[in-house]
Amino acid sequence: MRNDPSLPGEEAKSRYWKKNLSWLGGLLSVWFLVSYGCGILWVDALDRIRIPGTGFKLGFWFAQQGSIFVFVVLIAIYVKVMDRLDRELLGKND
Amino acid sequence: MDVKLWTWILVGFSFAIYLGIAIWSRAGSTKDFYVAGGGVPSIANGMATGADWMSAASFLGMAGLISSMGRDGSVYLMGWTGGYVLLALLLAPYLRRFGKFTVPDFIGDRYYSNTARVVAVVCAIFVSFTYVAGQMRGVGIVFSRFLDVDINTGVIAGMAIVFFYAVLGGMKGITYTQVAQYCVLIFAFMVPAIFISLMLTQHPLPQTGLGATTAEGTYLLDKLDGLQKELGFAAYTEGHKPMIDVFAIALTLMVGTAGLPHVIVRFYTVKKVSDARKSAFWALLFIAILYTTAPAVSVFARTNLLETIPGRSYAEVPTWFKNWEHAGLIAWLDKNGDGKIQYDGSGDPFAKMEGAAKLAPVFAEGDARGASGERVLLNAATPARNELYIDADIIVLANPEIANLPNWVIGLVAAGGLAAALSTAAGLLLVISTSVAHDLVKRTLNPSISEKGELLVARAAAGVAVCVAGYFGIRPPGFVAQVVAFAFGLAASSFFPAIILGIFWKRATREGAVAGMICGLLFTACYICYFKFGLPGLGMGDASQWWWGISPEGIGMLGMLVNVGIAVAVSLATPAPPEAVRDLVERVRLPRAAFGEEDSGPVAH
Repeated sequence: MRNDPSLPGEEAKSRYWKKNLSWLGGLLSVWFLVSYGCGILWVDALDRIRIPGTGFKLGFWFAQQGSIFVFVVLIAIYVKVMDRLDRELLGKND
Repeated sequence: MDVKLWTWILVGFSFAIYLGIAIWSRAGSTKDFYVAGGGVPSIANGMATGADWMSAASFLGMAGLISSMGRDGSVYLMGWTGGYVLLALLLAPYLRRFGKFTVPDFIGDRYYSNTARVVAVVCAIFVSFTYVAGQMRGVGIVFSRFLDVDINTGVIAGMAIVFFYAVLGGMKGITYTQVAQYCVLIFAFMVPAIFISLMLTQHPLPQTGLGATTAEGTYLLDKLDGLQKELGFAAYTEGHKPMIDVFAIALTLMVGTAGLPHVIVRFYTVKKVSDARKSAFWALLFIAILYTTAPAVSVFARTNLLETIPGRSYAEVPTWFKNWEHAGLIAWLDKNGDGKIQYDGSGDPFAKMEGAAKLAPVFAEGDARGASGERVLLNAATPARNELYIDADIIVLANPEIANLPNWVIGLVAAGGLAAALSTAAGLLLVISTSVAHDLVKRTLNPSISEKGELLVARAAAGVAVCVAGYFGIRPPGFVAQVVAFAFGLAASSFFPAIILGIFWKRATREGAVAGMICGLLFTACYICYFKFGLPGLGMGDASQWWWGISPEGIGMLGMLVNVGIAVAVSLATPAPPEAVRDLVERVRLPRAAFGEEDSGPVAH
């Protein structure tokens, strides 16, 4: 099975891996920004802003709830993107 | 019906379900036992992972901790969920693709070394035992307070249940029981939260209730800040720890949780890699329901507590207060002799006993009572005005009582706490038994063992592990709380860097990984021991000596950097890994089908 011509070539494989890495980089940057950025480093500055219509100070909200919502979205995006990359690599349309 | 009867009914009913599932899903092969046959649907696996992940600490402990720490408690919320993101993006898909049973298996094969495998096994077992002890304490607390049985009997009952379904069913039994346990625990956590949210803010969703206004028209959070300041506590929504320490603790918790072996192993139970990714998403969604509710529960409980207790005379306190005092988790020392409970931010009410690791009340023998009828304490009074001690662990359990909710809700919370503790304990016990039977016996000591023999060893190991865990539950070593800092710090400074480098850097060598793990572990262990227990010849350090203000809880961050630094340096100085290993890494990075292989089963190499 190793040299089956229907399998993706070296170039396609390395493209897949590079795309994977750049998506990981992007998603983890957002991960860092919302948790360590908004929730820890800039929390006091953000606390001067209130989310309109609620009692939440913005920094406090990011630290206790907002970051978690963003985390869920990040993984959802990752699942979608990786499924698409898999399809591109394998040339299947399922 | 009274609380106790409701609790017996709900706990008994949930236990009957767990046992029924265990009998229905008995394990027939080692594959069933280790990875549930590898064919669990991704939503079910997501629920099981959620229950596995959310321990007694998440269910019983976290909201209480946040309640007493205010905004600084966010490190637990962000740390535990953020670590999950690392796990889902950086570890789970690749480990699933690798397709073996355990983390030590990956480390052993990737670093072509049995030494690396054994180091990983030892770390896995140590981390797991530390964690199990905490779960058993949770089981004990619930039993002793709500079912009025002795803590020891409670722990033994919990052990018996876990023993039954973990030893009989292995991963298969555990997985489907955990699905049921997730349902029980999330229901038990949400029902009181929704009730209280409606009572305080008229919002059914606790997540939005937290940011809403109370009946008087002020925002709940502002009201709580006001109450806190009035009593001399620091404002709830402001931070008080130094930023670098918060940063370090959050990072240690994240990296540490991502490296917890019992959660990683859950991703081996689905059919293919894309299912592993999907179930990671489901799991975080299920976890997020509890984790975004927890900060609301903390605020609700704190507000109700501060409105009910301070200034009230002991004769008029609600029953829950006396019940928890009876359980030894609330203590009151009437320093000014006025019969009223002073509760404020002036400091600890009494000193810790000599030689004790942390502040805890010690009561006089024979249930002696003071002038107002309170339990007599042996601890020495402090000059502070504050007279009240409340153990943070009770906040979630006491919350429905503080808010005067119906009795069945209180029973439900007890059943939920047990579900959270038992599900995590079972997952951990399985890691211990797999590590012993598979990584130690099969892969290292006696590779010719038959499948039947291996299964027998796995069951025996699970049995021994349950007994050891139960022993720690009944006789918790005085340092349990400190040891938890260990579990995260050690996981952060050992496994995590080794796995990440193994996947993302082909040049990482055996020597580099072993040196990195050992140095990271030693560094972290020494730092924690020095500041928590003292080191021979050096004595014990105090907070003023913390490096850059980083507490022992956060030192795993530096341990991880030490590990990575040494692993990279040593790898570059040693010969590159063999061709077969580079090939293995190549395969782990790409979908199996790209090599014309089936998408389940182990990687060919």
